[in-house]
Amino acid sequence: MQGGLCLVGVGGGGGGGKGGGSANESTVSKVEKDYDHHPAESDELELGLGLSLGGGKSKGSAWGECGRILTAKDFPSAVSGTKRAADSVSHEGGSPPSISQVVGWPPIRAYRMNSLVNQAKAPRSEEEKVGSEKEKSKDNLKKKICNGNKTNNMFNEKGHLGFVKVNIDGLPIGRKVDLNAHACYETLAQTLEEMFFSSTPTINSIGSGAEKKDSAAKTSKLLDGSSEFVLTYEDKEGDWMLVGDVPWGMFLCSVKRLRIMRTSEANGLGPIFQERNEKQKAKPV
Amino acid sequence: MNYFPDEVIEHVFGFITSHKERNAVSLVCKSWYKIERMSRQRVFIGNCYAISPEGVIARFPELKSLTLKGKPHFADFNLVPHDWGGILYPWIEAFAKSRVGLEELRLKRMVVSDESLELLSKSFVNFKALVLVSCEGFSTDGLAAVAANCRFLRELDLQENEVEDHRGHWISRFPESCTSLVSLNLACLKGEINLSALERLVARSPNLKSLRLSRAVPLDALQKILMRAPQLVDLGTGSFVHDPASDAYNKLKATILKCKSIKSLSGFLEVAPRCLSAIHPICHNLTSLNLSYAPGIHGNDLIKLIQHCRKLERLWILDCIGDKGLGIVASTCKELQELRVFPSDPYGVGNAAVTEEGLVAISAGCPKLHSLLYFCQQMTNAALITVAKNCSNFTRFRLCILDPIRPDPVTMQPLDEGFGAIVQSCKRLRRLSLSGLLTDRVFLYIGMYAEQLEMLSIAFAGDSDKGMLYVLNGCKKLRKLEIRDSPFGDTALLMDVGKYETMRSLWMSSCEVTLGGCKTLAKNRPMLNVEIINEDDQIDFSSDDRQKVGKMYLYRTLVGPRKDAPEFVWTL
Repeated sequence: MQGGLCLVGVGGGGGGGKGGGSANESTVSKVEKDYDHHPAESDELELGLGLSLGGGKSKGSAWGECGRILTAKDFPSAVSGTKRAADSVSHEGGSPPSISQVVGWPPIRAYRMNSLVNQAKAPRSEEEKVGSEKEKSKDNLKKKICNGNKTNNMFNEKGHLGFVKVNIDGLPIGRKVDLNAHACYETLAQTLEEMFFSSTPTINSIGSGAEKKDSAAKTSKLLDGSSEFVLTYEDKEGDWMLVGDVPWGMFLCSVKRLRIMRTSEANGLGPIFQERNEKQKAKPV
Repeated sequence: MNYFPDEVIEHVFGFITSHKERNAVSLVCKSWYKIERMSRQRVFIGNCYAISPEGVIARFPELKSLTLKGKPHFADFNLVPHDWGGILYPWIEAFAKSRVGLEELRLKRMVVSDESLELLSKSFVNFKALVLVSCEGFSTDGLAAVAANCRFLRELDLQENEVEDHRGHWISRFPESCTSLVSLNLACLKGEINLSALERLVARSPNLKSLRLSRAVPLDALQKILMRAPQLVDLGTGSFVHDPASDAYNKLKATILKCKSIKSLSGFLEVAPRCLSAIHPICHNLTSLNLSYAPGIHGNDLIKLIQHCRKLERLWILDCIGDKGLGIVASTCKELQELRVFPSDPYGVGNAAVTEEGLVAISAGCPKLHSLLYFCQQMTNAALITVAKNCSNFTRFRLCILDPIRPDPVTMQPLDEGFGAIVQSCKRLRRLSLSGLLTDRVFLYIGMYAEQLEMLSIAFAGDSDKGMLYVLNGCKKLRKLEIRDSPFGDTALLMDVGKYETMRSLWMSSCEVTLGGCKTLAKNRPMLNVEIINEDDQIDFSSDDRQKVGKMYLYRTLVGPRKDAPEFVWTL
């Protein structure tokens, strides 16, 4: 998906304003002309501010292309391009994924965001009557952002949010994943599988229908060694380790970046791996 | 030119305190330039890379107070990589070397190491005030050095910093002889605090006017501390949790009654709602109330509290107050000047905590309102137009609709007309943040009407280069422009490159500008640093100029490319 913002509905781009009803078009161009030549006289222009909104079909038609209701589904695809904020997209379940996956939105200082999250998981102060709505939203918050491993993250080198690079053998362009959004290896692995192997429509899967099917076939748990790929990480000392061997909190403290390695190349990554290999061989065929 | 001796002029200059005015004065003639620079004590540097520390010292040898800002604003939202820069140490080193008589240091978004704090504490005998906002890189060890060595410390103000807590008793490092504290803000500290040391410190600080505690300070400790400091004007509580039937709580209620000077209240970093009634007696004096870090207070409890606060001028609150609560604010707080409503659940879905209704009510009820930060689920053009009619005094208007491209839910139109009304009506508007579905039209309005605009934040808005051009051409006083995820490209960027030297900085991320465009901009522009932030090696510098640039940050500077840029930052 090339091209900028592709705000769906405004996707007509500059055409939105031009392609509209004639009445409106002339208003807009009149305004622009006046603006270019006589900025000082702008006070005398009536741009229709304060006049009826939504009334008048002519106005409606000018913005007709923008008039569509934008749903959460539109939003992730509007944030286009692999380089963009959606790099850290992780599709979790069915709930609207849009807002929580855009880096830096909503624009709340990281410090405040962190304390919100800590509040969400902190034990509720006594006798607080919490409506079920609050309960639900707090759970959603918990699920989507940081978790109890926050304190460990204070000391890692990745900054407030634990974004680490993830590369997969065979693809030159890496992605980023927010480790703080996970509480355990399973959800992390699921996220990565969806990121790299998923057949759901994502930015990366444009025009790769055939590949999609193949990827789906490869999809399998990255953690149990039964996939063609295995998940590894580089730790603080520069060593490459298998993901899953140490407690989650310890992992968070030492991980610098992730790599999804072909199983065939992952030999010798540790005694655990040999064990897995053997286990796999021992599986009844 | 001078009819008066220099000393007289210098004396007159002493009454001119604003940076802008002093800058203007220094441009009048050589003689005034000289007098001004030798007498300037307070220096403000909005971008630490615009000038070198040596340059500052050379021009203002008598400086006593320095304000420095480092990272670009979007760093607050994790858009700037961790080690981008903004490092304090070279400044302290240079100042120490030149024996500058530094007394005050105010920093924002800078990387402050423990070493720099230690060097600071040992180099400036008369050091009095340290204010750190949104900084990082230091621990309680650095604070211990400041406590131990700055013998005349008056102000230690830590706001929203990331501080590594080394569970030390750094508070105990304040010597017994330290009795000069006026302001102590520890709210952002996460670790344990030696409570008895803190209490003793407060007890020997008769001038203490402002005290903000961290979450680690429980209610009973608060009570003991308040007993020692009934003269406080500004209080930030730590944890405010206790059984309302307990002795400790009753003691606190009695102690609070003695604190007749408290005008500003904040904190409640942990709170049991039924404890809030303890502060009702002091509410009628409050001019400033910040409950934005108080989790889970029910809207009704907030309302009960607010109803006592008739003198409130500044209110920071969570959206749990709801539209109804904002209606109460509108009818109670007639002196309100600044309102910030933060989301309690930023990723929540459909939790219509506050909407346009709350804002309209506020605008109708609070005629003195001039500064707004409002996070909401939705906004309509009609509401914004009404707000503009009710309140033409806005100097700061920041609206954040949680879904950043949401149109007016009633008419399904973009919010161009609403924001247009705001900029047309508020002639003194200096800062504006946009959100919601927006086309180029809103920028046309901004360019036409926002004559005093100095800072503009744009996200997910606009259709074409025209939008950015309207702003660059129209807003003559623009100083900071930050844009993300908007379809502005090289044409807009390159139309008027001279403009950027009249501004402090421009940030563009996830827009349409290309590497080639940035290179063109940077060519032959020694007064501009054009930096590309290249994470993940996305850009291959040697090849295609048509590649889009992920993040570009450019700023005017007197000292050329910075020498401390990390490897992922390229200065073109």
